[in-house]
Amino acid sequence: MWAILSLVVENKPGILFKVTHMFRARNFNIDSISVGVMADPEYSKMTITTYGDSKQINQIVKQLSKMIDVIRVDHLDENMTVFRELCIFRIKLGNASDSMEVNKMAGAYGGKVHDVKRDSIMVELTATPDQIRAFEELVTPFGIVDVARTGVAALQRSGV
Amino acid sequence: MASDLLEVGASEATEAQRMTGARALMSAMEKEGVRQVFGLPGGANLPMYDEFARCDIRHILVRHEQSAAHMADGFGRVSRKPGVCFATSGPGATNILTGIATAQADSAPMVAVTGQVPVAMIGRDAFQESDIIGMANPVVKYAFQPRDPADVPQSVRKGFFIAETGRPGPVLIDIPKDVQQNEADMVFPDEFRIRGYHPWTDPDVTNVERAIIMLLDAERPVILAGGGVIISAAFAELQATAELLMIPVVTTFKGKGAFPENHPLSLGPIGMHGHAEANRIIDQADCVLAIGTRFSDRSVGTFEDFERQRKIIHIDVDPSEIGKNQTTSLSVVGDVRASLRIMLRLLQKKPRLTEKTAWLKKAKETKSYWKENLKIHPGEMGAAKILRKLRELLPADSIVTTEVGQHQMWASLFFDVIRPGTFFSSTGLGTMGWGFPAAIGAKVAKPGVHVVDIAGDGSFNMTENSLATAVLEDIPVIVFLINNSSLGMVAQWQRTFYQRRMIGVDQGQCPDYVKLAESYGAQGIRAQSMAELDRAIKTALASDVVTVIDIPIDPEEDVLPFVAPGTPLKKMILPS
Repeated sequence: MWAILSLVVENKPGILFKVTHMFRARNFNIDSISVGVMADPEYSKMTITTYGDSKQINQIVKQLSKMIDVIRVDHLDENMTVFRELCIFRIKLGNASDSMEVNKMAGAYGGKVHDVKRDSIMVELTATPDQIRAFEELVTPFGIVDVARTGVAALQRSGV
Repeated sequence: MASDLLEVGASEATEAQRMTGARALMSAMEKEGVRQVFGLPGGANLPMYDEFARCDIRHILVRHEQSAAHMADGFGRVSRKPGVCFATSGPGATNILTGIATAQADSAPMVAVTGQVPVAMIGRDAFQESDIIGMANPVVKYAFQPRDPADVPQSVRKGFFIAETGRPGPVLIDIPKDVQQNEADMVFPDEFRIRGYHPWTDPDVTNVERAIIMLLDAERPVILAGGGVIISAAFAELQATAELLMIPVVTTFKGKGAFPENHPLSLGPIGMHGHAEANRIIDQADCVLAIGTRFSDRSVGTFEDFERQRKIIHIDVDPSEIGKNQTTSLSVVGDVRASLRIMLRLLQKKPRLTEKTAWLKKAKETKSYWKENLKIHPGEMGAAKILRKLRELLPADSIVTTEVGQHQMWASLFFDVIRPGTFFSSTGLGTMGWGFPAAIGAKVAKPGVHVVDIAGDGSFNMTENSLATAVLEDIPVIVFLINNSSLGMVAQWQRTFYQRRMIGVDQGQCPDYVKLAESYGAQGIRAQSMAELDRAIKTALASDVVTVIDIPIDPEEDVLPFVAPGTPLKKMILPS
């Protein structure tokens, strides 16, 4: 099971180390992590995506909640959450028509094109991890030169 | 920096006092009621050491920082107040790490204070610099590194609060040398708030009620008491609960002595070297009331087998322990004592409880069967006999610590704890060398009772230089040294699982422990017969000086019963 965890933590050095260390020490895995300061600069928000069975996810939440620097932990319901990841690809261009093709594909995924060169093109995509994976598969035949991803940021929709 | 993480609440603005960080450290500790510090000085903690000249806190000098941490640990477990140890930066700090990890594994309250290189030197690989905050992080409850002298008082206040509340644990305060030396206007906070720390949860009364129904409905219920009962001093509550419900009580090894082991309902510890009767009875139980335990692998054998076909009700102060190792049918998160008090209140309202006569009879028969039929070593100085002799002569209120190894497990099997909360051991981390310094710490906490470290020679070797501390500081503890001239538990595993290929376990007759004790100015007595042992124990108890009783035993004696690792409790290897 894939889980999105949203943490409110103290915005101080060393907290990221403690949180990631807990995952390593207790044999859990981090799929992605993103950290940013919140509206109140005393706090940071960490979004961690992870895999595990429900017992493991439950234990991860409890171990995180136990940490004194972690103010709050929420296991977000995917269906009630807006979650996105920013990903930038550099894609190889073989011939003139490749550029058009990649442009079209980027457009279909709501991506933006940057740094268009004769032999490569950059695509910026903000999407769900599934969509990013799908786009990656689509452009793999062209040759992916490089890729950078931010990890998931997520916010629960307000209640009905 | 760590100390800023916790917000100081609206404290009554006490007049700020100008002083150095080192002075503030000692003042803040005096306000916490600290009477002594176990430690060893070095370059980076000299400013705080200099303050001993100006305060009433006693300094107890150790010969190795690991022992300072174990002494603080022993003090903390007995007094239920954080024991304090000091070490310098670099190797001093890394030397206390084992002691900190030991306290963390056994949830013991401790405050460790280390010196650090000056702030401007941090990160430059300075002489005796170690990133002790980074290293200690996984084995502390919390760590502070005040970088401004003004942060020292709140680091201490919060450090003590964190160490002793909820599930206790060790707190590290790492203070750079210039932070100790520099002056600031100090405010000592009375009130404070720690945003991400919620040590208490009120036990859910509905779940306690449901637990009672499950226990009453069960045919073969058992209470499994863990270390949490001892930490929260819920002895009277546990006993009353067991007696009201009339159900047998087993303990974990850490919970040994949570319940008087001479009580008719007591079956003793379960686990790898648990009592045969305890392992047999818990194996047959259909409902387990587990109180303040984390279901260690050493206690339960295999997680899968332990939770199979039985209901587990789990009471624990730490919510992360619920469901960590065992799937439970019902849980109550809260302090053990508070939870049991609710249970007692609800139980007393129940109409007369019907006793589970058949089950009680079964437990009683199992207990008396194993009491009579467990084969013990035939020699005069077999482990069972010497430990029963110690029990016979030692007053019930005496405190006993152990080292780690065969002697520890023999103590579990053959030394009954009569007065709850008088038995302490390194059960989680299994730190050899813990028992002797911990006994010294225990004696400092409770000078009015005898304190005995049940030791093995392998473990005693590791911290035996604490004899200097015990002698010079006049802390008369007794080392009951069960000496098989070997690393006996490892030897037993080599005999059992490695076809007697004995590698690295023979310690030889070295040193001579009587002479060793005497060279430190302690009393050394060798006991080679029961008559000599009788005399030795009586002499030690009467003389009030540090004593080592060296008791040579057969190096081939195994600890039995023995549940091999990774096998269920019912598969006990028994004496043939």
